[in-house]
Amino acid sequence: MRDSGLIEIDHFGLDYASDGAPIAAVADVSITVRPGEFVSIVGPSGCGKSSLLNAVAGFVPATRGRVAVDGVAITRPGADRGMVFQQYSLFPWKTVRQNVEFGLKMKGVGAGTRERMARTLLSLAGLIGFEDQYPDRLSGGMKQRVGIVRALATGPKVLLLDEPFGALDAQTRQIMQQILTNIWQRLGISVLFVTHDIDEAIFLSDRVYVMTARPGRIKAEVPITLPRPREVDGMMTADFLALRAELAGLIREESLRAMGGELAGGLAGLDVMLRDGELADLL
Amino acid sequence: MDMPMPTEPAVLAATTPSPEAAARRRMRLAKLRPLALATLAIAAFLAAWQAASATHLDFFLRFDNIPAPSIVFARAVAVVPSADFLNDVIVSCERVFLGFVLAALAAVPTGLVIGRYPIAHELVFPLCEILRPVPAIAWVPISIMLWPTDFQSIVFITFLGAFFPILLNTLLGMRRVDPVLVLAARSLGAGEGAIFREVYLPGAMPAIFTGLAVGMGVGWVSVIAAEMISGQSGIGYFTWAAYSLIQYPDIVLGMVAIGLLGLVSSAAIRGLGRLAMPWLATQ
Ligand SMILES: Nc1ncnc2c1ncn2[C@@H]1O[C@H](COP(=O)(O)OP(=O)(O)OP(=O)(O)O)[C@@H](O)[C@H]1O
Ligand SMILES: [Mg+2]
Repeated sequence: MRDSGLIEIDHFGLDYASDGAPIAAVADVSITVRPGEFVSIVGPSGCGKSSLLNAVAGFVPATRGRVAVDGVAITRPGADRGMVFQQYSLFPWKTVRQNVEFGLKMKGVGAGTRERMARTLLSLAGLIGFEDQYPDRLSGGMKQRVGIVRALATGPKVLLLDEPFGALDAQTRQIMQQILTNIWQRLGISVLFVTHDIDEAIFLSDRVYVMTARPGRIKAEVPITLPRPREVDGMMTADFLALRAELAGLIREESLRAMGGELAGGLAGLDVMLRDGELADLL
Repeated sequence: MDMPMPTEPAVLAATTPSPEAAARRRMRLAKLRPLALATLAIAAFLAAWQAASATHLDFFLRFDNIPAPSIVFARAVAVVPSADFLNDVIVSCERVFLGFVLAALAAVPTGLVIGRYPIAHELVFPLCEILRPVPAIAWVPISIMLWPTDFQSIVFITFLGAFFPILLNTLLGMRRVDPVLVLAARSLGAGEGAIFREVYLPGAMPAIFTGLAVGMGVGWVSVIAAEMISGQSGIGYFTWAAYSLIQYPDIVLGMVAIGLLGLVSSAAIRGLGRLAMPWLATQ
């Protein structure tokens, strides 16, 4: 395990400005990712997962609380934190190699060194032979692998991933999880991973945080003690299924709560219409 | 190393046409079709014109003063190689080129900066919106008074004509740049300068080239109009002078020359665009 890559999120809160009162996206979240640890965040849609990750990346400032990496408060984006986005974010005008080399180029690393480092990382992600392709020629899974490799090229202390495999089909997704696990173990880097896929969170993580509906808080912290290496066909063991049931239950509560208002209102209205026979008139 | 080539396969293919050969012939024919149709339409157009002029057609439209294509062609053979004609063409090209390049050099950076910084947009854009609806030709009298020489005033008018399409398209291109690419660049350590160079400029490039093509077209319109009104030289002046001097074949000759110059210019812009944006070649 490395001795750097400690993420401390301490009573973090984030409000978005609006016409009226500010909208609270994240209420109060405290999370710690220890050096070399793989931590996931799951939670209902709109609970503030991306907002949280964006604050660690330095794209948005915290409204409340503190976010720090290795004891240094985050004030701006930087190459010490690698970020992988949910949507494809490769530069379309750069080849795979140029995309991967981008961060190194920004650091002023010479062309020869850049190319060597890019090649090493690309081989780690099984991308040798595609270096000179433009992104529009790649499959979705390949694009996200390049995205991960690009974020790793500058040697960041932590890797942040925001639902990176959300747009991929189930098979590709599993392969990507395997590749990510391999890379993570090889580099010993700290990872903060956002997903809405429970199986994915269990398969990858050392710990999983469950967030409440918006404004987000931490509802539960679930350690995943399944032994590594984890195999895809090990996902049907009793331990795995128990964890899955536990997490699913926690998230279902919150998802229902998130939609609760609208759903209850809609159902009440339906009842009234049924009672008054309005529906019959309509039909 | 003259190896005798085996001839049997060729003979076989010639005697028994295979389905592939037939398919290939159909492909070749299909490729020839656009060319054949275009030639047909152009020939029909010229033939109708020739007939109308030869018969001095006078049926609402009056062709008795319109020179027939054959006469224009004969005149072209005499006039095109002359030093005066060549000089007119060169002067117009210089004016368009200068006006266009200055417009591009001014409009693209302005568009990039306005597109990135709201404060620059608020400062510059209203002024542009006031000036833009005034056609470049309407500037002719002011321009004559403003600039010391004829040449400069016509270049200025060309500049005005080309400036706004390039500016507006650059702005449009800026708006189309995916914000996540900017975030990605920042998280990879890119500063403001690098973001312009590596993200906004290539991201807006397709729209910029659309603007350049439109700007080049408007540039030609402006230069021809300006030369007709105020010039002492140039292909626009040549065309208008031909009317005043009752050299009617020269009018058509001037028009054809203007058309060809426009065609070559826009082809040059397209070629430059392909060179500058290799990542679009695959689509
Ligand atoms: N720029 C913004 N301005 C205003 N409100 C925003 C902004 N970005 C996000 N929000 C709101 O903040 C809340 C949290 O958004 P966020 O994107 O962090 O959620 P999320 O958990 O990532 O959701 P999802 O699972 O759908 O990706 C949402 O209600 C969203 O509508
Ligand atoms: Mg999100």
